[in-house]
Order: sequence, then structure tokens, then C-alpha cells
Amino acid sequence: MSVGAVAAFNLLVRRELCLSFRRPDQLLQPLLFFLIVTTLFPLGLSPELSLLRDMAPGVLWVAALLSSLLSLDGLFKSDADDGTLEQLALCGQGLTLIVVAKTFAHWLVSGAALVLVSPLVGTALGIPVGAFPTMMLSLGLGTLTLSWLGAIGAGLTVGLKRGNVLLSLIVLPLAMPLLIFGASATDRAISGTNAAGALYFLAALCVFTCTLAPFAATTALRITLE
Amino acid sequence: MWTWFYKLASPPYVYGVAAALVPWALGGAALALGYGLIAGLAIAPPDYQQGEAFRMIYVHVPSAILSLTVYTVMATASAVALIWRIKVGHAVAAAAAPIGASFTILALVTGSLWGRPMWGTYWAWDPRLTSELILLFLYAGVMSLRSAFEDPSRGDRAAALLATVGVVNVPIVHFSVVWWNSLHQGATIVKLGAPSMPGSMLWPLLSMWLGFMLFFAAVLCIRLQGEVLNRERQATWVREAVKP
Amino acid sequence: MMSSGFWAMGGYARYVWPCFGFSCVVLAWNLWSARRFRVAARLRARRAVEMAAVDES
Repeated sequence: MSVGAVAAFNLLVRRELCLSFRRPDQLLQPLLFFLIVTTLFPLGLSPELSLLRDMAPGVLWVAALLSSLLSLDGLFKSDADDGTLEQLALCGQGLTLIVVAKTFAHWLVSGAALVLVSPLVGTALGIPVGAFPTMMLSLGLGTLTLSWLGAIGAGLTVGLKRGNVLLSLIVLPLAMPLLIFGASATDRAISGTNAAGALYFLAALCVFTCTLAPFAATTALRITLE
Repeated sequence: MWTWFYKLASPPYVYGVAAALVPWALGGAALALGYGLIAGLAIAPPDYQQGEAFRMIYVHVPSAILSLTVYTVMATASAVALIWRIKVGHAVAAAAAPIGASFTILALVTGSLWGRPMWGTYWAWDPRLTSELILLFLYAGVMSLRSAFEDPSRGDRAAALLATVGVVNVPIVHFSVVWWNSLHQGATIVKLGAPSMPGSMLWPLLSMWLGFMLFFAAVLCIRLQGEVLNRERQATWVREAVKP
Repeated sequence: MMSSGFWAMGGYARYVWPCFGFSCVVLAWNLWSARRFRVAARLRARRAVEMAAVDES
């Protein structure tokens, strides 16, 4: 019985989500890290909300970037370790579909979760409620792009011991434009000016990455799996 | 017609060509750099606004252009190696990486020394400087990734993919002064239309650019010989090549 | 040779000369490092050829 591409995609995503929810602590750890890191800034710098508001876009984005990087390491690792990845590669659906499914599922449990939690963090940093929609939209687009950049990095480093530091070294330079525009969009929303330009650019980056990264990530995996 | 391309895929041919090119490239570099330095430091008149400090252009601009050019060479060689499985491409990319990284550091340091008297600061988070710094991180990432693998061929291919992906940063660095309101000066040479610099200042700059290019070619060829030998140690042609 | 005005570089000497000095250092390092790399590669290749010759004999 052959399975169509869409059905295979759904199956894979559901499998990933199932596996993720079996280990709820692994799901919550990056979110907790996100919350804790954002707490560090008021403690280390200043508890004044008016001052925090100025730093809030940057703090939010750096924390989101770092906590996403934490969970990226596991994107391919457990499947690569027990041989499931090779089996999936051989199953005939094409490695690219598998990579897309895994990355999308990863984004659902890390990036999308971050976006849902962000109003909490936003309030803690003094971001006005009016800026929340832009903040959440920019975080959503940004984390999706980041999941894809991370998929390339994860594919390249999956076989390495202590590959997670190298993963960060690879992904962070590629993610810097993202940081610039994401923080800029949130910053404009906070100050009340029109954030549309920055959001459009973020969306463009997202589309560019989502179209090209799957092929790069698949090639990376093929290099590692051979 | 394409025989020269196929010949370039052969390691012994490339090794021979590289060995032959080195003295010519070094000689040409010495001439071009010599003229450029003498003319740039002593003959070119001081700038109306910047005075003598503008002379730092003669090392800053060539090193910055080279930092981008070398990355493009590395990315192209990497892509060729990945797509057509031409192993020599990996050797070229591996040879180019440390040279490009050193030129990027040079561009950042010379730019910083130039920025202090001109803008009042050693550093600014301006789009061109930031994207050039990102370029340095990309070089470092490619070199680290290559050396992280025990299997050198796998390391080559992983580094090649990363180099190819990172090439998007090159146009960002170049066009950053156009796309964003930047502290950094706009393009004076590599743009459409006539260069916006008088001849007495321009010729030494072009000569320095040429000198840096020839120097890069020379050092690349030296490193390339080493990289080819490291990858082809078991091949028969190596016996003749390394006879003492 | 130019007068001391040349070395003073209009007052910017402490930026201009370190600038050119560091450039020379980087260019010299490139040449030295590349040569050292090639020498090491030749040595390793020679050793590999000798080992292969020993294996064959």
C-alpha cells in the first residue's frame, strides 16, 4: 500500500508530536530557559520597566534565539542514533519530505510554543499590550526561519560528538539578519510607529529560507548519513 | 572546448599549475603592491576632508574587497565540488578559507583604525561593519566544521555546504551601504558609472587591489599544493612530485 | 626621503602606521603559514610513499 505525500507528511508530523509529548520535560525545558533568560536581564541590568521596555525587543529575541538553539540539537539526533533516520530515508517518500515534516513538527513544539508564551515575557519586560500582535507575528516568522536554519546546522552536525556548540556557531551568524529585523519590528510596535516594513522583510526572509533550506538540510543529511 | 575545465579536475594537473603560478603571482604582487604603497603613501595628494588619514584606504579597501572575493571563490569551489563531485574543489575551498579569514580580520582592524579619527569611534554597529563581522564568523564556522569530522571527505562536504549557504552574506555586505542608512561610505569603485575619485588617488588604489589579488593567488597556490597532497597521498603521481 | 612631515602623516601617524604595519604582518603571516603548511604536507606525503614502498617490497 503506497502512501501519498500529504498523508505521509501528516503521519510524520503526528509521529514527531507523539514522540515529543512522551517526554514533556524535554518540551518544557526550552520554554523554561526562555523565561529564565529573560528574567536575568531585569536582575542584571535594571528593574525599571521604562528602561526594560527599551531593551525588550533585543532581550526577547536573543532569549528566543538561544532557547531555539537548545532544542535544535535533538532535531535529528535521536533518530540518527538508533537508525530510524536511515530507515526513513529508504522508505521511498524522499528525504526532503521527511526533513520538512520533522522541521515543521519541531517548530510547532518549540517556536510556536515560544510565540504563545511571549505575552507573559512581554509583560515582564514592560512591552505594551498594543505591541503584542506585532511581537507575536515577528516571533512566529522568526522562529520558523530559525527552525529551518537550524535544520541545516543540525543536519551538518548530527554525527559529531559535542556537535551542539558547533551547531550554535554555524546557525547564529546566519540568524543575525533575522535578529536585526525581528527586534526592529518589535521596537517599532512598542514606539507606535509602523512596523510593516520590518515585518515584510521578516516575511521575505522566512519565505526565502523555507523554500531553499529544505534542500540544503536534505543535502546536509545525505552527507552525514552516507 | 571544455578540455581546460576537465583538466582542472585532475589533481596532478592542478598541483603542477599551482606550482608554476606561484613565482609569477608573487612577482606581480610585489610590483603592484610596491607601486601602490609608494604612490599611495608619498605621491597621492592629501584628501580635502580627511587629510593624510585617507591613505589608510590603500590597505582597507583592497582587504575588504578581497575578503568578499575569497569567500566567493571558496563558495564557488565548494559548490562545484558538491554538484559535480570534483574533489579538487574541496582542496581549493580549504586552501582559500584561512586566507579569506585573515583578510576579513585585516579589513575589520584597518577599518577600525580608520574609523577612530574619522567617525570618532573604533567600532559602530553599522550594517556594513556588522555584516563583515558576520562574514568572519562564517569563515570560522566553515573552518571549524571541516576539522570537526574524523572522516576528511565528509568534513569537506559538510564545510562545502555551509560555505555555499553562507554566500548569501556576500551581497548583503556589498549592498548594505545602499540598502540601509549607513555610517560607512558608499561605493566608489565597484559601481555603475565612473569612479568618484581623482586619478592620482585612484591609480595607487587599483594597483593595491591588483597586488592583493595576485598575492591571494600566490598564497592560494602554495596552500593548494599542500591541500592536494593531503588528499591524494595514496596516489601514484605523488611519488614523483615529492621526490626530494 | 621626505621630511618628518611624511612620518607624521598630518598628525594621524598613530593610526596610519599601525594600519600599514598590521597589513604587512597579515601578508607575511599568510605567506609563512602557507609555506609551512606545504612543507608539512610534502613531508607527510613522502612518508606515505616510503611506507607504501616498504609494504610492496
